[in-house]
Amino acid sequence: MDWLDTLRRTFLDFGAMWEVFPQLLKIGLRNTLIISLAATAIGLVLGMIVAVMGISTSRWLRIPARIYTDVFRGLPAILTILLIGQGLARFSQQLFGPSPYPLGILALSLIASAYIGEIFRAGILGVDKGQLEACRALAMSYPKAMRLVVVPQGIRRMLPALVNQFIAIVKDSSLVYFLGLLVSQRELFRVGQDAAVLTGNLSPLVMAGVFYMIITVPLTHLVNHIDHRFRTGHRPSAPASGLNEVDELDQAVPALTLGENT
Amino acid sequence: MKAMTATQEHTASVFHGASVDLADLTLAYGPVEVVRDVSLHVDAGTTTCVIGPSGSGKSTLLRGINRLHQPKRGDVLIGGESALKVNPEVLRRRVGLVFQHFNLFPDHTALENVALALRKVKGLPKEQAFEAARQRLKEVGLAERESHRPRNLSGGQQQRVAIARALAMEPEVMLFDEVTSALDPELVKGVLRLMAGLGARGMTMVVVTHEMNFARRVADQVVFMDEGRVVEAGPPAQLFDNPQSPRLQRFLSEVL
Repeated sequence: MDWLDTLRRTFLDFGAMWEVFPQLLKIGLRNTLIISLAATAIGLVLGMIVAVMGISTSRWLRIPARIYTDVFRGLPAILTILLIGQGLARFSQQLFGPSPYPLGILALSLIASAYIGEIFRAGILGVDKGQLEACRALAMSYPKAMRLVVVPQGIRRMLPALVNQFIAIVKDSSLVYFLGLLVSQRELFRVGQDAAVLTGNLSPLVMAGVFYMIITVPLTHLVNHIDHRFRTGHRPSAPASGLNEVDELDQAVPALTLGENT
Repeated sequence: MKAMTATQEHTASVFHGASVDLADLTLAYGPVEVVRDVSLHVDAGTTTCVIGPSGSGKSTLLRGINRLHQPKRGDVLIGGESALKVNPEVLRRRVGLVFQHFNLFPDHTALENVALALRKVKGLPKEQAFEAARQRLKEVGLAERESHRPRNLSGGQQQRVAIARALAMEPEVMLFDEVTSALDPELVKGVLRLMAGLGARGMTMVVVTHEMNFARRVADQVVFMDEGRVVEAGPPAQLFDNPQSPRLQRFLSEVL
């Protein structure tokens, strides 16, 4: 069983895994979360703008939003990250110093915003248009109706898709390593990769994979849970007889009933 | 027909309905004119029922009155003032609309549904808005159900919440768009009775309906629309018992 032992030492060398564990936890996990959360936050803001432009009645807003979405959804993430990370390096240097870290976040944000914009757009358009009509009939302005009624209803149905998007961002954050990170800025993949190169063994990368899954797998199940609840609705209430309701109205509103039945 | 008993007169508040005039009103979807040159006068505090086959432009006509559908030509006068010259949001405070499918806000309780526009449009403080909303729910027989969400209410109850929600804005005109068409049959009468009560208390109402008995008993004026035009209009007895146009005769023979 020589080959089995070789496999074990290549992928599950517990010594190597244990050795890289503190680095993964303190540096890798921290940076992966910072990059992912920052990219998600910026992506949500940009995505909301793209979505509002995308459902606008003005084509001068709609067309740019369409192009933006097509570009950043249509390109491979690695290409966008390299183009932005290297192409904008000079501007970034003046603002943030030599680290490519902010540019990596920016590139991930742009990619995320294109997807999130589509999620928002579909979510808002999916809200029954009678809701907007009802608001308008009650003399609400369009922005108020969107803010108070339509968007909150849309967000509930968008939640599963948004969580999925966050999972995609977490995984894509590994691509930032192509821009060359400082030792303290390495995310999970890079920490695992460096250790793998040093030890000549893939176990640190497997350990990095475990970290990714600790983030993503619970979220995947959370999505399924939300989705399930959304589909099946809430607690069912017992059906009530329509005749009880007729009684209810008879008793409660004599003030409005006419002497004669209509 | 509209007599109320003495005790009822004490408890019910009185509305101050405004007159409605449509002058050559034309409404279009793109190049297609679905309401053409409709002229109509509705006296303050009276009820006009609009009847007609599906696709005749009845619902679009209602949406033209509160400018949910922007008129292409003609004018709408509310209490003699042109509705096209004021901000639509000012107009819609004066003209309430109730929908076929209720369109209640699903995440809000009955009370919050009624109170939302009071707070966010009229700017009432929360407690005051809730107090006014409670009063309206009581008037439609739903005082006990203020904390129910729409999904836990029957269609008839939902429609009554929707009526309370529109009334809460203290409109001078109420528009009803086939409000009983989506209801179970035993619940229709209650909603119609509620509406008849509003008319009896002085609300100006324009009611698009398929309930011919309601139109005959409650309306002061019945309007028959077909292919976007008013074909015949007059007191209910005249239209129902002595229809002049062949289209109306045909329509009545199909629905009665």
